[in-house]
Amino acid sequence: MYNFVRKTKDTISEAWVKFVLMLIFLLPLVILASLLNKSWMVIQTSGIGDLLFSSVWRPMAGQFGFKPFIISSVYVTVLGLIITAPVCLLSAIYLTYYGSKRMTAFMQPIIDILAGIPSVIYGVWGVLIIVPFTGRFLAPLFGYESTGFSILSGGLVLAVMLIPFILNILIEIFRTVPHEQMEASLSLGASKWESIKHVAVRRSLPGIVSAFALGLSRAFGETIAVLMVVGNVVGIPRSPFDTGYPLPALIANNYGEMLSIPMFDSALMFAALVLLMVVVCFNLMSRYVIIFMEKRQ
Amino acid sequence: MENPIISIRNLNLYFEKQHVLKNINIEIPHNKVTVILGPSGCGKTTLLKTLNRLVDLHDHVKISGKIMLDDKDILVPNIDVTGIRKKMGLLSQKPSPLPMTIFNNVAYGLRINGLRGKRKLMPLVEKHLREANLWDEVKDRLRDPASRLSIGQQQRLCLARGLAVNPEIILADEPTSALDPISSTVIEQQFAELKKHYTIVMVTHVLRQARRIADHIVFMYLGEVIEQGPAREFFNNPKEQKTRDYLKGAFN
Repeated sequence: MYNFVRKTKDTISEAWVKFVLMLIFLLPLVILASLLNKSWMVIQTSGIGDLLFSSVWRPMAGQFGFKPFIISSVYVTVLGLIITAPVCLLSAIYLTYYGSKRMTAFMQPIIDILAGIPSVIYGVWGVLIIVPFTGRFLAPLFGYESTGFSILSGGLVLAVMLIPFILNILIEIFRTVPHEQMEASLSLGASKWESIKHVAVRRSLPGIVSAFALGLSRAFGETIAVLMVVGNVVGIPRSPFDTGYPLPALIANNYGEMLSIPMFDSALMFAALVLLMVVVCFNLMSRYVIIFMEKRQ
Repeated sequence: MENPIISIRNLNLYFEKQHVLKNINIEIPHNKVTVILGPSGCGKTTLLKTLNRLVDLHDHVKISGKIMLDDKDILVPNIDVTGIRKKMGLLSQKPSPLPMTIFNNVAYGLRINGLRGKRKLMPLVEKHLREANLWDEVKDRLRDPASRLSIGQQQRLCLARGLAVNPEIILADEPTSALDPISSTVIEQQFAELKKHYTIVMVTHVLRQARRIADHIVFMYLGEVIEQGPAREFFNNPKEQKTRDYLKGAFN
């Protein structure tokens, strides 16, 4: 009898564990299915090509061209990553190979605090500091006129938000480089910097790529902080000092409001679908790159 | 001893408060195999890493004393550390090939010394791979990642890589402990060959290995040098009681 109870418990707990795992597995599929379902209407009326590549945005007339939003998103994201990448890489190298233990112990909680700050606070800080900085200082410096609410401000705010996220991954990655390999390089007479460049960075390259890809996915979906500083004017940005209107901002600003317009709801779901697909593609691509690079080592 | 290549005088080394090397005085003869022998944890590896200043990488190390290499003290703070390291190739316990191709592993040291261009590098890479008795096994797969070689081959690759910077001395830290018997034999034979041109300092705790290849022995116990001298004398006529106990296998 006792054994029967034990066995039953075992079966139940195993089933439960499997069920939870299934949920995790199904979640992205369910999200994908519901987005597809909702956006199906607008896809059928306008066609995917028109939706993605037309820049005519007149919801009242039933014309939904997402090109300005997609370009804004890509622009802000790439700019953010370009600004943040060298900062993160160099700081990670410094903290792993140059800084003393005390220095690292001192910086770690600071990085964690940065990572924990809610994105709306980054947004407020962006409006207070970054936007005037871009508008009054950077734009005139490069000969542009700008209110400061611009792609560049979005990129800068994103760059700052990405620092703790990417930096933490990079530090972890550099810590996995075997001590012996660095010693081997040093004992061949290589300088510290040469050893870092040829051994630590080279060995970590797959990890570095995936860290940046994860950062990219995160940046692409970042909503509120970017929304607060990019200006949200529909139009294709011509320079980093132009205003932009990224996809997540579009969804956040409009969903639940102008839903009386026919198909607007469906169009917004299409935007969400694009967002999801892009992030998934980033992930798949970076995975492929990592596998490829690991094979070559 | 007639002009030793390295002479260590009154070397003391502390990790934080731990006294790891106690008043070490050693002379290492030119173009011979010197084996540093002793049970695990007696400071052999630390001594070896002090020779090429890899101990610098650890925090909280305190060193006093002198290590004379070619009549220069290598422990003075303002010395060119990379220059010293180039004079000594290091072979570590576990082979650690660099994360690149077989060819580039050997070419790495050459490139650091300013040599460029495959046409200049290729003959040297071949020469050093032959010196390490690896050329025949890898000549058709120089573009493969070094990590695909067997452990024994990796260790010989590390040897070739070390030889490529033209060292005077080869430091070897239990270089065969991770290898199978056949690869170990190959490394030992290679050492016998290499001592014509290089001074070899090898750390081991395997008595039989020391008997096979040592010309000169330094016996250490708990951070102190107990006895040192020519290998034959050491094994046939040990002077210290500790040495006799160790040779009998009283402790390991």
